[in-house]
Amino acid sequence: MDLSLFGELAINGALVGLMYGLVALGIVLIYRTSGIANLAQGALAMTGGYLTWAGANLLGLPLFVAIIVAIGAMFLVGLFIERVALRRLTGQPIIMIIMLTIGLEIMLRGLVPGTLGSAAKRLDLGIPATPIFLGDMLISRVYLVSGGIALALIVATLLLFYSRMGIMLRAVSDDQVASWSVGIRVEHAIGFAWGLAAISATAAGVLWGGSQGVDWTLSLLLVKALAIAILGGLDSIIGIIVASIIVGVCEGLASGLLDPLVGGGTRDVVASVIIVVTLLLKPEGLFGREHIQRV
Amino acid sequence: MLYRAAGIRHTRYQDERRLWPYAFDRGLVTLVVLTMLAAPWLFSGLQMSSYVLPWVIWSTAALGLNLLMGGAGQIHLGYAAVMAIGAYTSVHAVRLGLPFELSLILSGFVAAAIGTMFGAAALRIRGLYLAVATLAMQYIVDFVIGHVPAVSGGTQAAIVAPAPSIFGFALRSDSAVYYLALAVCAVVTIFSLNVRRTSFGRALAAIREKDFAAEILGVSAFRFKLSAFWASSFIGGVAGTLLAFCYYRTVTPEQFHIEISIQLVAMVIVGGLGSVLGSFFGAGLILLAPLIINNLIDAMMRSVGIDIGTDFRSHAPLMIFGALIVGFLLIEPLGLAKMYDNVRKYFLVWPFRHMGK
Repeated sequence: MDLSLFGELAINGALVGLMYGLVALGIVLIYRTSGIANLAQGALAMTGGYLTWAGANLLGLPLFVAIIVAIGAMFLVGLFIERVALRRLTGQPIIMIIMLTIGLEIMLRGLVPGTLGSAAKRLDLGIPATPIFLGDMLISRVYLVSGGIALALIVATLLLFYSRMGIMLRAVSDDQVASWSVGIRVEHAIGFAWGLAAISATAAGVLWGGSQGVDWTLSLLLVKALAIAILGGLDSIIGIIVASIIVGVCEGLASGLLDPLVGGGTRDVVASVIIVVTLLLKPEGLFGREHIQRV
Repeated sequence: MLYRAAGIRHTRYQDERRLWPYAFDRGLVTLVVLTMLAAPWLFSGLQMSSYVLPWVIWSTAALGLNLLMGGAGQIHLGYAAVMAIGAYTSVHAVRLGLPFELSLILSGFVAAAIGTMFGAAALRIRGLYLAVATLAMQYIVDFVIGHVPAVSGGTQAAIVAPAPSIFGFALRSDSAVYYLALAVCAVVTIFSLNVRRTSFGRALAAIREKDFAAEILGVSAFRFKLSAFWASSFIGGVAGTLLAFCYYRTVTPEQFHIEISIQLVAMVIVGGLGSVLGSFFGAGLILLAPLIINNLIDAMMRSVGIDIGTDFRSHAPLMIFGALIVGFLLIEPLGLAKMYDNVRKYFLVWPFRHMGK
């Protein structure tokens, strides 16, 4: 097989994977603090992308300002969702909470493209489209920059866990009741995690929208993010980095090498296969804690 | 006064354990059954084929999903994929010459086998993983159907389903097909009504409430979760067959996409988790809601003169499904069935305020 083609697919795939990882970051943050799977994360990424586009094109803000405004707005959206919807379901069976996030996902997927327009929007991030040559391999400059930003953001979140706020989040993720008893405001920590998740989703939406355009398909990032979160182990941020590279490389290789054989579309099914294989072989993921049920 | 719970004294345990202990309920059920039987004469052909028939079939599917979600408390986000497996199995079986009756049952078995396989992968762990695994199942099944020409008949292809025949009689007219769907729906309804009175149903309820507590009581959580998956997928496969043969008359991969899975989940949540009646309510509301809303928007546009973009209108159904799911979970988590039950209980004891038990 052509080695440089292989390398090219793998490297570009890994960079794309890091962008998926940014969506997964939100799922992991929320799961760590509150034990809830946030299936609305894809729609949040889409909403963030749309808001940035709206800020830049409808309000005429410079792109940088539009991104900041969208991130601020999405932080509030995250807080709002947690306060109005999720907190009211505290203590309900997990099936209800999962359903609630799915309901939010569907609602956002209808509401945002319905009001802002469903045609794909161009979001120009100002990254030149010319590829970089690395030997014989073509590396997309857009993916390189976006993947780098994504990696930086994930590492920044990792460092955040050593700050005062981060220690609070870690305490809440270890034991909610114990953190409560030492005076940590658990609701604030969970709300903050939702805000952060919305921010990381926005970043993913902007980066992804910059390379592929903003439309409802951004919400499909959910499946890939779930694959990364599950492979990485749901409560590990290091796991996200490793898993996002694995998922990205697998996807890149599958779509480059298998698509000509089966007639396209493998890109979308790789994530699902990874989910099923992970659940069969190592359900707690690569870096996750094993779940022990206590009666 | 109205429905009179007062004055009914049960003297035998059988009386109390009946499905409908009150005469009023029995009358209501009889009325509904008669209406459904007489539906081809009561409604026009268009109403039959665009409202009543799909409602009966989707209610059957919702009953199957409700057995799993409401009965055993397991989440399933890929139920449309189960229906797709059923539909494709039976269409291929009939085209290969198997009688329709056998194909109908075969479709249930195949859907149950594949559906249980995916459930088994995730049942070792908790609800969230199951949700993700079933979501993955939806995408994998979509992919296989779309990419294996032996199944789909090539990409973008539709396979025409032959007219179903029962014991050698081909069901060609619309009402004959309706009665077939109604008969299957009736069987599934009677099963669902009675399953909670059996040891199987009680085991499922125990698992729904707390699976490891059920284990301590001697109920094998793994075994019963799998059987719940099995039974629910069987019903899903049969419902898929009905959908293919009675309603669409063709099968294409687009009929069973993720949106349909989400609609089914919305039917169960909006109707009421674990309620047989709720499955019918939920299916009705989710089927009718987009039509009603579109008509409302039309009327609004004509009377007020506001021009609402086509984007908004085409996305209105998604908004409504989402808003219904979120709204019901926050305001009335047990859905329309609970609302009906509240009204019914109010009238049962009317001059008084509270039910005795």
